[in-house]
Amino acid sequence: MTAAPALMSFEEALERFDPALGLEVHVELNTASKMFCGCATEFGAPPNTQVCPTCLGLPGAMPVVNGTAVESAIRIGLALNCSIAPWCRFARKNYFYPDMPKNFQTSQYDEPIAFDGWTEVEVDGEVFRIDIERAHMEEDTGKSLHVGTSGRIHGADYSLVDYNRAGIPLIEIVTRPIRGTGDKAPLVAKAYVAHLRELLLGLGVSDVRMEQGSLRCDVNLSLAPSGAGTLGTRTETKNVNSLRSVERAVRYEIGRQAARLVDGERVVQETRHWHEDTGITTAGREKSDAEDYRYFPEPDLVPVAPDEAWVERLRAELPEPLREHRARLQKEWGFSDLEMRDTVGAGALHLVEETIAAGASPAAARKWWLSDLARRANERGVDLADLGVSPTDVARVQQLVDEGKVNDKLARQVFDGVVAGEGTPDEVVASRGLAVVSDEGALSEAVDRAIEGNPDVAAKIRDGKVAAVGALIGAVMKEMRGQADAGRVRELILEKLT
Amino acid sequence: MSDLVRRTAADLADALAAGETTSVELTEAHLDRIAAVDGDVHAFLHVDREGALEQARASDERRAAGRPAGPLDGVPVAVKDVLATKGLPTTCGSKILEGWVPPYDATLVTRLREAGLPILGKTNMDEFAMGSSTEHSAYGPTHNPWDLDRIPGGSGGGSAAAVAAFEAPLAIGTDTGGSIRQPGAVTGTVGVKPTYGGVSRYGLVALANSLDQAGPVTRTVLDAALLHEVIGGHDPLDSTSVDQPVPPVVEAARQGAAGDMKGVRIGVVKELTGEGYQHGVQARFDESVQLLVDAGAEVVEVSCPSFVHALAAYYLILPSEASSNLAKFDAMRYGLRVYPEGVEDPSAEEVMRATRDAGFGDEVKRRIILGTYALSSGYYDAYYGQAQKVRTLIGRDFASAFESADVLVSPTAPTTAFKLGEKLDDPVAMYLNDIATIPANLAGVPGLSVPSGLADEDALPTGFQVLAPALADDRLYRVGAALEAALLDRWGGPLLDKAPALAEKETVR
Ligand SMILES: [Zn+2]
Repeated sequence: MTAAPALMSFEEALERFDPALGLEVHVELNTASKMFCGCATEFGAPPNTQVCPTCLGLPGAMPVVNGTAVESAIRIGLALNCSIAPWCRFARKNYFYPDMPKNFQTSQYDEPIAFDGWTEVEVDGEVFRIDIERAHMEEDTGKSLHVGTSGRIHGADYSLVDYNRAGIPLIEIVTRPIRGTGDKAPLVAKAYVAHLRELLLGLGVSDVRMEQGSLRCDVNLSLAPSGAGTLGTRTETKNVNSLRSVERAVRYEIGRQAARLVDGERVVQETRHWHEDTGITTAGREKSDAEDYRYFPEPDLVPVAPDEAWVERLRAELPEPLREHRARLQKEWGFSDLEMRDTVGAGALHLVEETIAAGASPAAARKWWLSDLARRANERGVDLADLGVSPTDVARVQQLVDEGKVNDKLARQVFDGVVAGEGTPDEVVASRGLAVVSDEGALSEAVDRAIEGNPDVAAKIRDGKVAAVGALIGAVMKEMRGQADAGRVRELILEKLT
Repeated sequence: MSDLVRRTAADLADALAAGETTSVELTEAHLDRIAAVDGDVHAFLHVDREGALEQARASDERRAAGRPAGPLDGVPVAVKDVLATKGLPTTCGSKILEGWVPPYDATLVTRLREAGLPILGKTNMDEFAMGSSTEHSAYGPTHNPWDLDRIPGGSGGGSAAAVAAFEAPLAIGTDTGGSIRQPGAVTGTVGVKPTYGGVSRYGLVALANSLDQAGPVTRTVLDAALLHEVIGGHDPLDSTSVDQPVPPVVEAARQGAAGDMKGVRIGVVKELTGEGYQHGVQARFDESVQLLVDAGAEVVEVSCPSFVHALAAYYLILPSEASSNLAKFDAMRYGLRVYPEGVEDPSAEEVMRATRDAGFGDEVKRRIILGTYALSSGYYDAYYGQAQKVRTLIGRDFASAFESADVLVSPTAPTTAFKLGEKLDDPVAMYLNDIATIPANLAGVPGLSVPSGLADEDALPTGFQVLAPALADDRLYRVGAALEAALLDRWGGPLLDKAPALAEKETVR
């Protein structure tokens, strides 16, 4: 093991250098069948149960293009303002790897289905334009499981391969270098991936579950001397698979590359591995001796030639652009600019939208996702969407609060249970016994006891000093171990004393 | 030898329909013939006696119930070992696939089964169909029934020899640069390469995907047409398969056999005759053209100048595609697995390397290296790219030639069968065998080889090639059947009657 590399502080690095970002995002489409065969694509099925001669690459088997996947690719291209190729081909990317059934990946090379697009993201009120180089179709590989203490290929006792994932349709979306972001680079990178996720959800073409690998991100980063206007040598950090990690990885690479450059060392053009636990990247394959993939057109497939009328129909049927969509939602929800920006920035727009659709008020939805749940996600180092709480859960908890069945404090305990995997909010309420006591008799007795036990306070209230009621409420809540509706307790006390 | 095995598939179909024989009887007759002669010929890599008889019994039951599955129901067939057969070993003539039993049938095989043809077994071939002599089979060469010291052609020497030795009335071959037609020529049998995409490639272990085409190997033109109708037609599992009805090939074969060639324009390809063609081969070709003229055809000479580059283009495109196709044979999922010697805890890559080193023969390695080089970054345009341009030019040559001729003709192979071992050390001499057959694969047009006689100098069979425009496969059958009928008249019987009898081994059943 080499020693941990020197890092320059983020602030100093940005004073001396201009970062250039590039993002390559792989999106697994949610088609019912795979890219080139009829196998199911369900996530989490027992290993090697969703396979056939084609996706196992058995001798003689042939691919057939999934038309729905092509349609999704075109819709993604259109939503990213890309040109759609009137004629394009698949190509073979040749390299040997045990999780690749054919030892070549059927992909697209110099003829992507969508190219030359753009989109915009907003960070702290500033809009950044992201140019899209291409979006192309390809198939996913199988998944290797290295069995042994290390969990990595080196030192594994043996390896298992699950080919269920082999052949799942992927769209790879590649940006052109993103420059001029300055110290916002980490946030722009994160905002772009969050933006893509919202866009893909809106199109309904992918589940975009980063923790399940249905959206995977490679981060390219290079530094050039401040103001030089050039592009430096880039590194490609692979498999940065959460919004939070995208931000951290960019920040880390800026610090690492800056430290090397000021030490007079060169940045090696290489792929790097991202380590979620330690928040650092380590060197992988050096790009200069990277394989020659020997691309050539896939001879088992005919060219894809989307009919112009079809493309135009797909364009006409696209959902409204994200910016307009957001503007409309902001108006509907009555959010301030800042509230809206925070919601988008937290990657919570879709979650809030779905929570509202499930019955919660906009304010309540925002409150839960951006405060209590955001804090939990942050503590666990996961994205909000991966916390294990669904919009339906949030809406249900808020409903319980509105109905007086739990109070805010209990609601937080309900979320404790949901996050811990104890079930739905109702199941957690039942199993943890969290419902507020709505038995008027029991509550009334507790209020009486509180009045008896605090004659001074009771006297003040009788004298009209209603503000003193808090002390009595506190006493009642303490006796009820928090499981009472504080509003109702207040009413009861005032009824009895005034 | 039972007389049944000498009869044509069309005859056998008639005999079955008339109730003169049963599928079990004639399947058994062929299995017995295989047992008697295949020790010398080695046309088969695997014989499925039980499976074939079971299919034959099922066929007889269907016929007894008055529900035959088609005209060839009950007539047995041999299948080249490059096609996936469920439950039957499929090796492609390679050690690397030794013991592999596919869990699925090639579409073509499904069609044979659905049409009721019992599958006798799998025929020998050059490893992964790379060769023109079947000497590159990892399981030993096939011998030409005309002279056991000679090659039966390749890569489909097993299918051609099986049919020539009366071990099977019908066989399936595959043709990437002539592997159906050239073996047909040197064994005195009929072979047809349909239009590219005319027969599904699903389940055909690819040599060069853009060139490969499966087709019939038979003793008569009509038999080939009958088999063509069974296996042809669109397949949704093969994106490159033609989505059109099979051309009326059986009707064309019957029409041709009537002998009237009036109004048919025959184009003799200047670049595919003369120099480089054995004297006897050329002589039989010239006579055949004259026979067609006698039957009323008009002869024109056509020039296809780009054909001289066909061989070079072919030997860039084929290895390029093959190098990628063969990458999947890596010991990870099926077939041979070899652990490197003296390496403790070898990595997956080391096992892949050791397996591919031990499992592939020299010719396969030669072409993998060629193809890998041709596709390499920096060389792609100069090699693969240029070859594709030549391909376009060859397509144009065909298009313009077909403006002045309905079919093009040439000798199928430049020579008769050579001696086993004669060209093994000279790959380029071996490659030249396919000089006349390769252009059709590059352009995707159909081609047929029909026996044209015996060369004077060695009394070995020669072949006559007919080429037609894409999707006009019926023209091959019309012209081929007309020539066949005229030659049968002249010979007084099938050419194969002149082949020496093979020694039959006593068999105990
Ligand atoms: Zn599959």
